[in-house]
Amino acid sequence: MTAMQGVFLFTAGLILWAAFMMVTRQNLVHAAFYLILALFGVSIIFVLLDAGFLAVVQVLVYIGAISIIMIFAVMLTRGDVIEEAPVNKNYGWALVLAALFAFGLIILIGQWPAVASLAGEIDTSRDLAAELGVALVSPEGFVIPFEVASVLLLAALVGALMVARPQKKGK
Amino acid sequence: MSFWSNPILVANEWLTGLLADLLPEAWATLISTIIGVVVVSSFGLILVIFLIWLERKVAARFQDRIGPNRAGPYGLLQTIADIVKLLTKEDSIPEKADKLTFNLAPIVSMIAVLLIWAVIPFAPGWIGTDLNVGVLYIAAVGSFGILSILMAGWASNNKYALLGAFRAVAQLISYEVPMLLTLLVPVLLARSMGMMTVVETQSTWFIALAPVAGIIFLVSSIAEVGRTPFDLIEAESEIVAGYHTEYTGMKFGLFFAAEFLHAFTVGVLFAILYLGGWRGPGAEQYPILGVVYLMAKSSIGYFIVMWVRSTLPRIRIDHMLDLNWKVLTPVSLALLITTAVLDKLFAETALRVPALLAGNLVVLVLSWALLRMMSRKARRERQVFKKRPEARAVQP
Amino acid sequence: MEQNWLFIGVFVAIAGVFPLLPIVIARILAPSKPNHIKLETYECGMETVGDTWVQFKVQYYIYGLVFLIFDIETAFLYPWAVAYGVLPMFAVIEGVIFILILAGGLFYAWRKGALEWS
Repeated sequence: MTAMQGVFLFTAGLILWAAFMMVTRQNLVHAAFYLILALFGVSIIFVLLDAGFLAVVQVLVYIGAISIIMIFAVMLTRGDVIEEAPVNKNYGWALVLAALFAFGLIILIGQWPAVASLAGEIDTSRDLAAELGVALVSPEGFVIPFEVASVLLLAALVGALMVARPQKKGK
Repeated sequence: MSFWSNPILVANEWLTGLLADLLPEAWATLISTIIGVVVVSSFGLILVIFLIWLERKVAARFQDRIGPNRAGPYGLLQTIADIVKLLTKEDSIPEKADKLTFNLAPIVSMIAVLLIWAVIPFAPGWIGTDLNVGVLYIAAVGSFGILSILMAGWASNNKYALLGAFRAVAQLISYEVPMLLTLLVPVLLARSMGMMTVVETQSTWFIALAPVAGIIFLVSSIAEVGRTPFDLIEAESEIVAGYHTEYTGMKFGLFFAAEFLHAFTVGVLFAILYLGGWRGPGAEQYPILGVVYLMAKSSIGYFIVMWVRSTLPRIRIDHMLDLNWKVLTPVSLALLITTAVLDKLFAETALRVPALLAGNLVVLVLSWALLRMMSRKARRERQVFKKRPEARAVQP
Repeated sequence: MEQNWLFIGVFVAIAGVFPLLPIVIARILAPSKPNHIKLETYECGMETVGDTWVQFKVQYYIYGLVFLIFDIETAFLYPWAVAYGVLPMFAVIEGVIFILILAGGLFYAWRKGALEWS
């Protein structure tokens, strides 16, 4: 399927470019917009993998919520930081380290036999979202992680409110 | 099947056959997809021209005026004249603006609204594409709308625009919570996220099974569009015009058109999710009737949106947020639980509809009582804590 | 499935072209006589004072956080709702418990005054 490969290569290039632009922008809001572009690219990858539900959730949660919160957080900081974020002088070292790490990862993954084989066809006639729903609440499936996820979200909410809430005066 | 009963299907088959003869399969698929997209999206765009006229006429009647009546019969060509005017208006981009983001924002705003139409089922077999995650897709596409507002407000580099964008985003993300929850109720009742399946399973309209959820959906959708009474994102007396303060000419026109189309889309979604979509007598045999039914039902929701707009004044920002977080969100959570439990208990029995209806009413009455109690308590507390300044004799 | 998403992909592209078209036409038709005063930031005729990026209320951020939690919660609930027809009663109750725990979160945020706009 060459058309699909073309779309994949284009999307992968888009994600890499957007990610690169994101980390090199001085303007934090621009960086956030590039991040959104990269996240959108990831949702296209999900579509190519026949994971429509994940693609939609990716857009809903990452573009619709997390990136918005990021921009809010950026706006809460001082204006001059938004315009020109400080540059870490030691970025050369970090670059070398990251390159080595990436190189190692590529070699490691290359040795994994499954990497050369093609992925099996997914039977798209089944309703995968429904099967996910059944798996989430069935005892032999993921019912414990499902309920724990809810507790985790609750903990995240409580923690976030404790940190973000402005201190009351006189306390 | 004759052409007149199902013109789209006949045309589609003829076209697919024609393309299959001329081109290899992959190209034929691509081209027929492109034609399908153009048909669906230009339907939305042509509709908006008519909608702006309609809304101006209806709003005029509410205010005891006649409305546009000069250009063309009944003023029907008024919008065309407006478009021509907007096209010839100078488009100024402020010096301090972030040019690319500034220009991209109205386009993203229009895309976000148009994309919803890709999964709207017009009639049996008439749908852009029947995604199996259709309902969630609609919610996801809405996040691009939020993004476009943030882009516009930030790129304008104007205090009022940024303030308006922040208000808008706070409002939109807040009201997305009850909207997501009340979108979940039809999914629960239909046991599917596909838009076509949601319509097909409505042998009884979902408004009968979940009336309160339907109303909450409509209210939170009005807030998502940012119309009166939720128009504090462009409150002209406070923040000039909100996030599109700096926009002129056609770019402003795009924001404007996107808002109008979105308002009607809300009516369409309400019709599909709660009023049975294209269902009606004869719609199965003559799909063209389905389109008529859908548009008629959508007009109900759209008319309510216009009615509310002309009736209610703008609400205060703290009231707007309180209404969402302290009323709509808890009530829709309670409705979701009630619907889930009752529908399982009474599934496949004759009691399903009355039980769900009764559950809805109980939730409504209980939340109403709770709300009254709380507001009374809050009023008492306000009276206790707020001491009036006392007059005292001042020593000279 | 792929055909469905191909439609969405093409739709994104064409929905982008449609609004671009009037902007391009307007660029050809409309006059363009910019000058410094016209292109200044619009504040009803007053000159802008200071930076646009004033510090915003932390309240916006808090609403964002609460929204994020509920967004993820509903993302979990959608597959549950799709599978609802085949689920037994206890599985439905599990979903209800999931909702109730998060309703507790909302109640906590309410009691802590995080939902007040002040």
